[in-house]
Amino acid sequence: MALRTLTRKTLGGVGLGFQQLRGLQTFSLPDLPYDYGALEPAISGEIMQLHHQKHHQTYITNYNKALEQLEDAMNKGDSSTVVKLQSAIKFNGGGHINHSIFWKNLASVHEGGGEPPKGSLGWAVDTNFGSLEALVQKMGAEGAALQGSGWVWLGVDKELKKLVIETTANQDPLVTKGPTLVPLIGIDVWEHAYYLQYKNVRPDYLKNIWKVINWKYASEVYEKECP
Amino acid sequence: MAICGTTLNTISVFRWHWVPIYCRSNISPCQQQRRELRGAQRASKVKAYYGLKSPPYKLDALEPFMSRRTLERHWGDHHHDYVEGLNKQLEKNDILYGYTMNELIKVTYNNGNPLPEFNNAAQVWNHDFFWESMQPGGGKMPMLGLLKQIEKDFGSFTNFREKFTEAALTLFGSGWVWLVLKRNQKQLAVVKTSNAINPLVWDDIPIIGLDMWEHAYYLDYKNDRGEYVNVFMNHLVSWNAAAARMARAQAFVNLGEPKIPVA
Repeated sequence: MALRTLTRKTLGGVGLGFQQLRGLQTFSLPDLPYDYGALEPAISGEIMQLHHQKHHQTYITNYNKALEQLEDAMNKGDSSTVVKLQSAIKFNGGGHINHSIFWKNLASVHEGGGEPPKGSLGWAVDTNFGSLEALVQKMGAEGAALQGSGWVWLGVDKELKKLVIETTANQDPLVTKGPTLVPLIGIDVWEHAYYLQYKNVRPDYLKNIWKVINWKYASEVYEKECP
Repeated sequence: MAICGTTLNTISVFRWHWVPIYCRSNISPCQQQRRELRGAQRASKVKAYYGLKSPPYKLDALEPFMSRRTLERHWGDHHHDYVEGLNKQLEKNDILYGYTMNELIKVTYNNGNPLPEFNNAAQVWNHDFFWESMQPGGGKMPMLGLLKQIEKDFGSFTNFREKFTEAALTLFGSGWVWLVLKRNQKQLAVVKTSNAINPLVWDDIPIIGLDMWEHAYYLDYKNDRGEYVNVFMNHLVSWNAAAARMARAQAFVNLGEPKIPVA
């Protein structure tokens, strides 16, 4: 115990800025692969900036805080605190996971945003849903019907090799709906994701976002799970 | 037992719970029914539905703390859509149509497994309650009996305000924060609920409600929830409305020890 403390102090003193001081991996805000305004007019630059710099950052900050508290409680053998922290970890950690996927799900029109999927994923979409339009329509309906805050997902069941559409509440990751589910495309339907631009007309947001959906990324993930 | 058509015939028997829900008009439901009966002897189907109740102030009266733009959207679109949605659902459901609002909320909550009508019904009620929980020139402190009760149940007003703020800021997702009078414990408490849930489902009596759905504050405060809650406490909350609700609540919950003189 004393040795660990010594190491921590020494490293801190040297100013190495390690993020793994005590073996605890902490997280930081990933950069967006595009400018804030790159997804206009489907999603406004104002929303992208707030969403990334404020909301996602807050989830990361609180996730790191909860993880530190968890490590502390685990070291002390404080079971009741360990259990109490689970909801904060699920919420903030889920927020970090989901938004990290979300940024990759989007691309400017110049970079291929909105281009329909080709290859095996395109074929899978037609097989599972009939057509891309049908998929878009279904996800729009599910997203609009979601009460409160949450996400609507296109995922692949890696065991059954089937595409699925699911919704999750709050910041629950897709895996909470099934351990074999892998997210391909997630659409944030929390009000902060669209309110400044679309106000309460969530269906319009759900229709327009497809113009900037990055199917290339989704195809990569799909081909990895279903080679 | 069915309602509507048959109700009109039994209305003269004055069985209150069969009276259809009244429109938000100025005459009492009973008077409206009697007028209808006198006017048309042939008993036509009379259906009354929920209306969108106006807040007790103009839409710009809460500026600059809650903008007219927000009120127009929040009341004019969100609250309006809940009312419309509820009416559409009730059109197709005779049994649910017959309930009063409070009963409807409890029944559709279904002990935690809510029916599809719950979200609309509860949100209609929640928003009515929310507009009335605020007033222009609000904030400051509660007075007299309500203040005494808060100090008794929280230790101090500051402690209550801290608890209320903490609940608001630690709510995950969409929901509401309430100052509520708990029937069983005969005490005031701060409670946070998810989505559309409100304290009526546990038979408790709400005194103040604050909407923490993002649409309630995003246009004015973006993601700065802390500022929104502070502004609510400092400038918006209507302690007058709270005091009136508290007074009414005391007709249902015995809060004090009766002062029995020692013989």
